Amino acid sequence: MRNAFAETLYPIAKADPRIYVVAADISPAGPMAKFAADSPDRFINVGVAEQVMIGICGGLALKGMRPFAYTIATFALYRPFEFVRDDLCYQNLPVTVVGMGSGVVYSQLGGTHNAQEDIAIASAVPNMQILAPCDPLETAEMTRWCAAENNGPLYLRLGKSGEPVLTEKAPEPFVFGRIRTLRRGKDICILSYGVVMKTAFEVADALERQGASVAVVNVHTLKPMDEDGIARVLRDYPKVAVIEEHSPRGGLAARVREMAWETKAPATLRTFTLKDEFIHCYGSHDDLLAAHGLSPAAILNGLR
Amino acid sequence: MVSAERCRRFRRRILEMTQTVPALHIGGAFSCLEMVDALYHDLMQRQPDGSFRDTFIMSKGHGCVAQYVVLDALGILPKGELERYCTAEGRLGMHPDYGVPGISASTGSLGHGLGLALGMALADAGATVYVVLSDGELQEGSTWEAILMASSLRASNLVAMVDNNDFQSVGRTSVTHPSFYPLADKLVAFGWETVEVNGHDSAGIVSAVRSRRGDKPFVLIGKTVKGKGVSFMEDVNIWHYRSPDRREFAQAMAELQ
Repeated sequence: MRNAFAETLYPIAKADPRIYVVAADISPAGPMAKFAADSPDRFINVGVAEQVMIGICGGLALKGMRPFAYTIATFALYRPFEFVRDDLCYQNLPVTVVGMGSGVVYSQLGGTHNAQEDIAIASAVPNMQILAPCDPLETAEMTRWCAAENNGPLYLRLGKSGEPVLTEKAPEPFVFGRIRTLRRGKDICILSYGVVMKTAFEVADALERQGASVAVVNVHTLKPMDEDGIARVLRDYPKVAVIEEHSPRGGLAARVREMAWETKAPATLRTFTLKDEFIHCYGSHDDLLAAHGLSPAAILNGLR
Repeated sequence: MVSAERCRRFRRRILEMTQTVPALHIGGAFSCLEMVDALYHDLMQRQPDGSFRDTFIMSKGHGCVAQYVVLDALGILPKGELERYCTAEGRLGMHPDYGVPGISASTGSLGHGLGLALGMALADAGATVYVVLSDGELQEGSTWEAILMASSLRASNLVAMVDNNDFQSVGRTSVTHPSFYPLADKLVAFGWETVEVNGHDSAGIVSAVRSRRGDKPFVLIGKTVKGKGVSFMEDVNIWHYRSPDRREFAQAMAELQ
């Protein structure tokens, strides 16, 4: 995702002088390094100083620019949170806050580097929008949207690198604010987003081997959430599962549970999220997901 | 009109506001008034159509009545808006809001203005971006992040003014934070062109800013008196937020004639 973001942004930023990247001591990889070399005035590395990263982005946007703040998710959103809230959201400025390594992707770096409650925090602030791509192709589409279409504060929740392509054959395109069917099916619908979508696909494959017809629907826009679309899913499928790499509080699973009650949905609903815990497991991303109960086997067991 | 008379009139206008809505920070507004007045009347460049080319951010947002009375006098605030200050019908609150005519950024939470000003300065090299800071804001880590970054990026079109009244909500800064001083040395060490002036000497403020070398970000430390202009308010910290009663109001108005 990191490379898809940089590869997509580079030509757009070369052509549009309003695009700035304000990074906080994150090494510019690939095309981002080229942008830094080509346009040193528009690639600003503030160092380990995240509050001024957001402040500079706010000031640039107040003068008509379209900046991207760019660093690891916990440092992009949590460390300068009040600057995100006051400078960007309160003033409703077109700044994209790019959070790298969201969820528990940086498993080996430990809890200080895991953003497992970022959707809840970002969602709570008025004007904030949230996008979370599930693969490099969607990362590219969202990056284009942020650079060209976006008119307000936005949190772009990325993984790191090496994510598999999942949306190449998707029957529906990415449309901001609309859920996106990635696989069609009729017995069970899995709602998911972000890097953990690969787990949703594995679970869907396993269920299909057992004879079920499984839809996978991507809720890539966490705010504004496509509540009409989710209500349709809750109405149209007898069984709905949410797989989410986020705290059970304040994310997609929590909202879908609320909506199931509000819409008196007849569907059976199962939600699978990170635990509301800091887990000291320093293995792979999959190891940490498993420790949170998000392994394909645990999810399949929960869906029985 | 000379600046001294203008500033007396602005102080009277602020005092009048206290008699309808006792919700403003008089002390800190009075201490930065000459700096704000000098910015609008002498320092900020205008465009051919009369609008300001340069930008000003009141980073010590609680002092915004000093800015409101100037914007009102210049006709930038809609007529009658000042009379609706802190009412349900008005647009002016106790801190400046982006979107109100003449207000270029929302402030109120301390430590935000300098970072925003730096971003503005980087985006608009043809303009000078001015920002007024408080003593309290110089205790915010974010302000020092911006100080370090502004000089590292050689943002020479950034001009900060510190309203150095040596007070904050809870008391004298020199008492609560003895290490706050020497302040100028710290700013010089962080790569800023730095001068200290009497922050109530309008001519001195204008001359110091105009004669800056301009190859680095510039900071003017204005030595000021909280509550300046009214004898019983000067250096008395209850006037950080208190509004005068009728007898005090009459005396203060008399002193400011």
